[in-house]
Amino acid sequence: MSMWFWLLVAAVLSYLTKLLGYLVPAKVLANPRMSRVAGTLTIGLLASLTVVNAAASGTSLVLDARIGALVAAAIALWFKAPFLVVVLVGALAAAGLRLLGWP
Amino acid sequence: MKLKDSPAAKIGASIAVATGLYGLSFGALSVASGLSFWQTMVLSLLLFSGGSQFAFIGVVAAGGTGVAAMGASALLGIRNGVYGMQLNTLLLPAGWRRFAAAHVTIDESTATATGQADPGEQQRGFWVAGVGTFVLWNLMTAAGAVLGDALGDPKQWGLDGAAVAAFLGLLWPRIKAFQPAAIALVCAVATLLAVPLVPPGVPILVAALVAGLIGWFRRGGTPDHAPGHVGDGMEPTLDPYGNDAVAHPLHAPSGTEHAESGIDHAVANTDRTVEIVEGEQP
Repeated sequence: MSMWFWLLVAAVLSYLTKLLGYLVPAKVLANPRMSRVAGTLTIGLLASLTVVNAAASGTSLVLDARIGALVAAAIALWFKAPFLVVVLVGALAAAGLRLLGWP
Repeated sequence: MKLKDSPAAKIGASIAVATGLYGLSFGALSVASGLSFWQTMVLSLLLFSGGSQFAFIGVVAAGGTGVAAMGASALLGIRNGVYGMQLNTLLLPAGWRRFAAAHVTIDESTATATGQADPGEQQRGFWVAGVGTFVLWNLMTAAGAVLGDALGDPKQWGLDGAAVAAFLGLLWPRIKAFQPAAIALVCAVATLLAVPLVPPGVPILVAALVAGLIGWFRRGGTPDHAPGHVGDGMEPTLDPYGNDAVAHPLHAPSGTEHAESGIDHAVANTDRTVEIVEGEQP
């Protein structure tokens, strides 16, 4: 039940965050410092999320097939593959490495 | 202009299809993390923000608590508030449209809208990408959640690898210049250092704090007269697809986009305090 509660809180917060953006006067975004924070925050969050999904398992760091997915996706992106292809390459790399016996 | 003749609507539709398919992965991973079918559907129907949804189930899958999952999800949703501010100035939605627009304000719809120069195209791109992604994302989430049990362990199908690739794909177009890449690296290292020390989900908050502090104290990145549009990858929104085949046909006929971007580059190059802009449009 507790999971349902926090799940609904997360959903409400998500919508309120989006709506808040539409209620904020445009002047706030014109503040260069806030604009910089928004830019670095997005990069930091995405970088952190990439690393957590690639190497974290609970509170330990592991080297498993997901690292292979990360490398394969980076190669696909280097060759300017479309987003969907990058995602498929990541899935194929992880699945392929597991077939070969890597955890 | 009719919707089927609109280049922005076409891009919005293709992004909606690509992202929608990815919902299959979310649905399967969500039930595998321990959430029920309806909990999974509520995330896609009501929370509706890919990064936040994956963060939520990522924390749950790692054994984190509901409150930690909510925290990680809410933090990742902050950028949607920034998108909302930008889209509000672009689309000027009124009445009920504002509340509908807020719900479909995500990476994909924002990227499609901000990639257009013409206000009508911005509208069409935003709504087609936003509503299209919402419908397909939810259909595929349901399919993934149902198939998830039949498929067995999603790891076997590399769906966790798909998540890694998707996040790198969203990050990639933002780190083409040196400074954003350095910030991404610092935040990645901060995350790795934090993982063994704090509960699951919290390392993302640590990285966010580091990134926020860098942004707060960083000097000269954005000229006062052109907030968020230096073209060094630091602007709040960017086409997350890095796909020239998608991005260029739009920009080419309008002419204004390249002109603006050229001015930005000229400003950036004459301002000594601005970092080097390298390969922003390869």
